Amino acid sequence: MSTQRPVAEGLFTWPSEHPALLGSRCPDCGETTFPVQRGCPACPSQACEEVELGRSGTLWTWTVQHFPPPHPWTGNAREFVPFGVGYIELEDGVRVEARLTENDPSRLRIGMEMELVIETFFKNDEGEEVVTFAFRPVEA
Amino acid sequence: MNVSILGSGLYPFGRHEGVGPIEMGVAAANDALSDAGLGWNDIQFACAGSLEVLQPDTMIKHMGLTGIPFATLYNGCATGGNLLLTAANAITAGQADVAIAVGMDKHPRGAFSVGDTLESIGLGQWYGETGLALNPQYFAMKTMRYMHDHGISEDCLNRVSAKAFRNGSLNERAWRRKQISEEEIAGSPMVCDPLRKYHFCSPSEGAVAVVLCRADIAARYTTSPVQLRADVFRTRRYGSFETLTPSTPVRWVPGPSVEASREAFEAAGVGPEDIDVIQLQDTEAGHEIMHMAECGFCADGEQEALVRDGETAIEGRMPINTDGGLLANGEPIGASGLRQVHEVCLQLRGRAGAHQVPGSPRTGFTHVYGFPGVSCVTILTSS
Ligand SMILES: [Zn+2]
Repeated sequence: MSTQRPVAEGLFTWPSEHPALLGSRCPDCGETTFPVQRGCPACPSQACEEVELGRSGTLWTWTVQHFPPPHPWTGNAREFVPFGVGYIELEDGVRVEARLTENDPSRLRIGMEMELVIETFFKNDEGEEVVTFAFRPVEA
Repeated sequence: MNVSILGSGLYPFGRHEGVGPIEMGVAAANDALSDAGLGWNDIQFACAGSLEVLQPDTMIKHMGLTGIPFATLYNGCATGGNLLLTAANAITAGQADVAIAVGMDKHPRGAFSVGDTLESIGLGQWYGETGLALNPQYFAMKTMRYMHDHGISEDCLNRVSAKAFRNGSLNERAWRRKQISEEEIAGSPMVCDPLRKYHFCSPSEGAVAVVLCRADIAARYTTSPVQLRADVFRTRRYGSFETLTPSTPVRWVPGPSVEASREAFEAAGVGPEDIDVIQLQDTEAGHEIMHMAECGFCADGEQEALVRDGETAIEGRMPINTDGGLLANGEPIGASGLRQVHEVCLQLRGRAGAHQVPGSPRTGFTHVYGFPGVSCVTILTSS
């Protein structure tokens, strides 16, 4: 059993039974952003508060990445498998960009229901599984 | 703006083994000066921009160390438009009567990297490590949503690319000179759905320089000055959907291209229907289509018929990217916006040769857009 490590601290609650993305909500204008930042992009407030974002939403747009990304992508180009990317519209009023667990274009469609998962995307030199957030289609 | 363009010079975009970007910038500057009938000693203000060259102003040692103010700037894909604006501002501010703007670049092959650390573009390293820090994904996802919302077909994407390569084949200084059929484009490998290999431009190399002066003294130097009627630089507002953003609000506002275009038309006192030749940021075919609407040349969705009916071809009602655009020339980021200005100058002066728009065009429009949500628009006229 290898150990798991999040790709960055503070992106999502981890470890957790029900992981959630961590965003910011502005106490003045109510806008939500991801990831956490103190200053509000919509108004002059410098006091945004950390909030857990909703774990499900709808697919606003998507693509499939068909070529190995350049540096600083940490994957192995020789073992590259195309991966889906999309913006998921959450009820928090924000669209979050994320990897998708689905890479088959015929199974992705704008408006479909999606839910948050934590997935391993990389095994580092220490043998740790580096995990990040992704969204997967909700089975109908 | 009471500013005229006296001359422009282009070091052709493409791949130039063994030629450095500064060397290309110097060659373009000398071309622009000779086109303007001036020498470097006449230049009272200079500015230059590049992604790969840390200090493009070092080119001055090959031109003449005359002590003039020489600014450098970098604004992503909008660098060229902002260079022209900076030179024009020096003239309208009374700092100089004659100025030059120079853009140059030389990129490694393959997709643009965002650099060693994402901190330099205000993002967490995780964003790159997990494979999200790629402009092509954004171009594809914005295009995907636009096609869904406005009924644009994959055929439309293919037609835009085929038109670019046709224009490139007519432009002896373009990088891609070979026509590519819609079928071949449609059969090229998928890069990021719905965009394929031949829908994308590639990083390239090259340089462009433009010499400007106070409009009231232009007649001293040339009989065919081009008038800079507007040059507007805008950045994104909260709510526009931009590249390399981990989140974007559901609340939507128009992007910087929309605002820059509106303001430019207002400043120039003309409308989109008055423009005879148009250059738009065509990083890929999807964005040429979307920028047609964002810049005010049609309503959302009308592109499908306009492109199908050839209205955006050189002989069409609204000729777009007449020199082949980014698709046929590639993108040396620092120089790309000034290439558009150079092309419009050729068109307005009737010097574009095989890719000349028929009927003596009198008004031109240029538009650049890029990370992190910046756009520059210029409007140019022949008198
Ligand atoms: Zn706020």
